[in-house]
Amino acid sequence: MTAERTDHDPRIDPVGPVGPVGPVGPVDPTDPADPAEPLQARLPSLRPGDLERGRIPFELYTDEEIYRRELERLFYRGHWCYVGLEAEVPEPGDFKRTQIGERSVILTRDRDRTLHVVENVCAHRGVAFCRERHGNRRTLVCPYHQWTYSLAGDLQGVPFRKGLRRGGEVQGGMPADFRLEDHGLTKLAVATRGGAVFASFDPGVEPFEQYVGPTVLRYFDRLFDGRPLRLLGYNRQRIPGNWKLMQENIKYPYHPGLLHTWFVTFGLWRADNSARLVMDAHHRHAAMISTRGNAGTASEASQVASFKPAMTLHDPRFLDIVHEPWWGEPTAVMITLFPSVILQQQVNSVSTRQILPAGPGVFDFVWTHFAFADDDDAMIQRRLRQANLFGPAGFVSADDGEVIELSQRSFAAVPDRRTVVELGGRDAGDAVHMITEALIRGMYGYWRKVMEPGEP
Amino acid sequence: MDIDYAELLQLQATYAAVVDAGDWDAWCELFIDDCCYRLQPRENHDRGLPLATLSFESKGMLRDRAYGIRETLFHDPYYQRHIIGPPLVRARDAGRIRTETNYAVFRTKLSEPTTVFNVGRYLDDIVRTPDGLRFATRLAIYDSELIPTSIIYPI
Ligand code: FES
Ligand SMILES: [Fe+2]
Repeated sequence: MTAERTDHDPRIDPVGPVGPVGPVGPVDPTDPADPAEPLQARLPSLRPGDLERGRIPFELYTDEEIYRRELERLFYRGHWCYVGLEAEVPEPGDFKRTQIGERSVILTRDRDRTLHVVENVCAHRGVAFCRERHGNRRTLVCPYHQWTYSLAGDLQGVPFRKGLRRGGEVQGGMPADFRLEDHGLTKLAVATRGGAVFASFDPGVEPFEQYVGPTVLRYFDRLFDGRPLRLLGYNRQRIPGNWKLMQENIKYPYHPGLLHTWFVTFGLWRADNSARLVMDAHHRHAAMISTRGNAGTASEASQVASFKPAMTLHDPRFLDIVHEPWWGEPTAVMITLFPSVILQQQVNSVSTRQILPAGPGVFDFVWTHFAFADDDDAMIQRRLRQANLFGPAGFVSADDGEVIELSQRSFAAVPDRRTVVELGGRDAGDAVHMITEALIRGMYGYWRKVMEPGEP
Repeated sequence: MDIDYAELLQLQATYAAVVDAGDWDAWCELFIDDCCYRLQPRENHDRGLPLATLSFESKGMLRDRAYGIRETLFHDPYYQRHIIGPPLVRARDAGRIRTETNYAVFRTKLSEPTTVFNVGRYLDDIVRTPDGLRFATRLAIYDSELIPTSIIYPI
């Protein structure tokens, strides 16, 4: 997050605010204004129907032009991206710096408590002026020439705008037709729901609720039901892998039984866990809803070789799970909101996991753990303790970063191979079990639609 | 508490030796039973946010981590090497001594160059036991903004 782009970035219009592309909708596929190559021309190893039935060319994870197109079409246009929690900017004047795709943005709370998201690019000469990651300010001031913006991003003052008066003569100054209104920061569309904040560079983006869709929104609302949240803190990691691998990682619930032997060893992942997988109508978002099994003993229920019935924790508090009323029946719900975030409820541990791509082969992964303001101390301690399972060193999540890094190594070395994502069939659909990779196929079906030339 | 400075250095050097050798049982034994070990981003520490990357509240939890490293955590193999600075004694009373000590950890993956892995400082509460000096509390507060993929072994 500290690294700023220094090379020329064609996405940043040097003259004025970036013109976000118009409303999303059907576009003439022969649109001569879309210079993008058809996917099949760009990716020689992509065959017709491949993506939909689960054959993903390795070069989909390494190609620079594809990556730039993803930033444009997935992160900057037509989608809402996660920027934070309201609890991170509770007071008027509070701000938080974060990113959407590779672009630096600032979430602010105005004096009237309204939330704004503005781009961290000075309208004068482009300085990424906000360096602190959080703080409280009355205004946003660029250090270079002190252009001053309101918390909403409106330009309020420019030094020497009227020039310098010397002996009755005015020297310099902005041209008479210079209007402050024309030179604000780029303002993003903002949506908040239940304390989570999303933003979009695209003023024509559909309403947030419609974007998430009713099926997944139900689970979003289960977690963010409007209770005030309490920020517990952050973990940040940089994973040398393509950002899509992290979305994929949370789209098939059978991998914990195989990769995360800690889950299995201590009986948290059992073959008699029940699972339901649902997607939005576009197949871009998903929720994996699982309920811990309680039939018989764990040893009978588990068919996974690494389960060790005699194994117990030295300190069982790692798994001091207390069923909270708001869960309903499910004990874990993992939501993937495309493209930018994963919402985690794994027993008593709740967090958002933000994806910040930094090139085709690397992304930063920011974990924001939180509690609910009405939690008692014991519950907060429990959430903090269970955080040992998740995050860059977590008993289970550390494995995920490792395997993503190792996948990417092959992708770079052997770009013309294809992955085999066929578990549970060759189509995409909801499921009532966990032995399927259907959500990944669904995501790539959507990805193709958006990424072809002429598409939104 | 009366402690010879050389004893403090010996404790720090022993810690580096056991975690760099991967001797997780010996790592656990450098702590008292009712201990606290926390690996925490500086950002959280400075802002008073309680989340840690690893947060253990007993020797039992350390043993559970040792088990996880040996038996359950899949990871790319690596060496780690701690370079620990001289401890600064911040406070001492009858029961314990409080120190602050800079550290840097280098990581070496097989077939790859060595890189800086994690940099920060230890905030320790050290007590005397019949077996020698032991950590009652060891907070590893790291400056490093981004963990390179993951941290498997204790810092
Ligand atoms: S670049 Fe920001 S004020 Fe000049
Ligand atoms: Fe996983």
